[in-house]
Amino acid sequence: MANPEKEIVVEDPAAPAEDSPPVAGRRSVDVAVSLLLLALAALLGWDNWRTGIGWDAAGPKPGYFPFYLSTILAGACLWGLAKELRARRQPDEPFVSRSQLRRVMQVFVPTVAFCVLTQWLGLYVASFLLIGGFMRFIGRIAWWKCLVTALAFAAVMFVTFDVAFDVIMPKGPFEAWLGR
Amino acid sequence: MSEAFGLLLYGFGVLLTWKTLALMMVGLVLGIFVGVLPGLGGPNGVAILLPLTFTMDPTSAIVMLSCIYWGALFGGAITSILFNIPGEAWSVATTFDGYPMAQQGKAAEALTAAFTSSFIGSLVAVLLITFLAPGIASFALRFGPPEFFAVYLLTFCSFVGLGREEKHKTLISMSVGLLLAGVGMDTVSGQLRMTFGSAELLRGVNFLVAVIGLFGISEIMLTMEERLALRGHAAAISLRTVLRVWKEMPRYWVTLVRSSVIGCWLGITPGGAIAASFMGYNLAKRFAKDKESFGKGRIEGVFAPETAAHASGTSALLPMLALGIPGSGTAAILLGGLMVWGLNPGPLLFVEHKNFVWGLIASMYLGNVVGLVIVLTTVPFFAAVLRVPFAAIAPMIVVSCAIGAFAIQNAMFDIWLMLVFGVVGYVFKKIGIPLAPFTLALVLGNRAEDAFRLSMIGAGGDLRVFWSNGLVGSITTLAIVLLFWPLISAAVSGLRPAKPDRGLSAP
Repeated sequence: MANPEKEIVVEDPAAPAEDSPPVAGRRSVDVAVSLLLLALAALLGWDNWRTGIGWDAAGPKPGYFPFYLSTILAGACLWGLAKELRARRQPDEPFVSRSQLRRVMQVFVPTVAFCVLTQWLGLYVASFLLIGGFMRFIGRIAWWKCLVTALAFAAVMFVTFDVAFDVIMPKGPFEAWLGR
Repeated sequence: MSEAFGLLLYGFGVLLTWKTLALMMVGLVLGIFVGVLPGLGGPNGVAILLPLTFTMDPTSAIVMLSCIYWGALFGGAITSILFNIPGEAWSVATTFDGYPMAQQGKAAEALTAAFTSSFIGSLVAVLLITFLAPGIASFALRFGPPEFFAVYLLTFCSFVGLGREEKHKTLISMSVGLLLAGVGMDTVSGQLRMTFGSAELLRGVNFLVAVIGLFGISEIMLTMEERLALRGHAAAISLRTVLRVWKEMPRYWVTLVRSSVIGCWLGITPGGAIAASFMGYNLAKRFAKDKESFGKGRIEGVFAPETAAHASGTSALLPMLALGIPGSGTAAILLGGLMVWGLNPGPLLFVEHKNFVWGLIASMYLGNVVGLVIVLTTVPFFAAVLRVPFAAIAPMIVVSCAIGAFAIQNAMFDIWLMLVFGVVGYVFKKIGIPLAPFTLALVLGNRAEDAFRLSMIGAGGDLRVFWSNGLVGSITTLAIVLLFWPLISAAVSGLRPAKPDRGLSAP
């Protein structure tokens, strides 16, 4: 080996604990999803039946194809439900542990907030806030690094999309004040 | 043969402009980034960066996107070997021998082997595309709606019959995809369906928005669940190492050829790169004289899965180009891109858009050569990318996803839809509902339905039209056989005396 081996080490102090109790079992989520999809199948099936599932002079009516698809979907869901029901005595595996869920929410909640802010403040300001805030409060990275990164990223995105490629993003009062 | 060669030269002519070459480099570098970063992969990388290409001409756009794809394929190997973290599912098999090699201080050799064999795998697949795709396309020009519907049916059925997931889950994923594809204006009658009076749903569920949510947002959530600490080796590749590995390579030609063939085959049939890489590895192990040395840092254990993964990743573009049917998730996204740029995927592409098709094929050759040079020279830089904390990367990926989703139709509604698909993708992945059939169904749904209805109109509602001639009849029959393949193979093995499992199949 020509050059000495160097190690790259990245720590994750906030990693989810291994022994955290499960919030839900995989099977219960599986059953819940199957029931939801079954309801979806029923809703879409009904809507397509209303549109018309028969045949007319121009071949099958618009509801024909999706109606039978919702039947297939319902059938597959029932099959899955029956399967899980038969296996209900066997031990379940965890779907997500409490500390895992906490971490997922740490990224999901800011993402929802970002989408709401995009509507009011425009995408660039919202992305500045998301990146800066996430790095600071979730990642516990030094203030100045967060500010520089967030500002640089928002600026690069603005130049790439709005200026160079003419792809227009939602804008808010800040951009209006800048005159863009 | 010589005609394809002439057209290929023409393709290089289309490609060799400064602008296209620059886009190629940008695409490759972005792709390697995407492949290395946790929480991003080939399909979502391509989906997120797709909006960048909306204002380009189709040829430049596809060249850049396909280069992102090659880059992601190369990038996946870096993290598998240096960190024992497969950046992509198809690099899992590369970790078996790649990481032990890195631990023994042979990281540079392992990386060179991985990159070179990836290159060879793609090259074989591109040669296949060059000489086979035009023939298939011109054959498919004779297809009418029944034939096309039969081919779509074959694609869907082979997913259900041959996929490794539970059958009813594949079926759920596919039917939800097909249903969502039908939301909005019906293309044949102009009537609205499944919109429930919502003006936003009038446009339908955009395929790319769904993909960005399913693969981008959900992947971030899944990554957050895991422990993100990592420990690995830094490595630089010297020219001497490269030459040494290349000199050794011809000894393993059997492995390389075997893996290329497996890869090409699995790439064309919707099965994908993941199965190919495992199968390549397992077969190399099976045919080796000293099986015990596998998993302990044997260079052949890197050659075999990487060749197969790249061959299948590349050959997945063959059915997309020739028939308009993608062989993998990423190919499905590229197909979605074709429609955005105003091209109609299918066999007519070879006739109507020669520039586009041959530019793309030529870029596959050039992109792989340039990609090989880039990864060999810049490995230390990309390995260092992993030092960037995930807390900085995650919000940037979220923002990129939102930009991508919004840019497709300039609709805020699409950002919310992306979020919904993010949650759906997260839950589906965790309970084992595969996402690839959904992607494929959503992108092909409308065309499959149109083909079905046109054939019905043509035949006056007689289902026997799908057996009306030898060609369409055999495709339809094959589709049905594949759909019930698990039952058929169970019945056949039940009839035969029990035979010990020889472990040839992919795990």
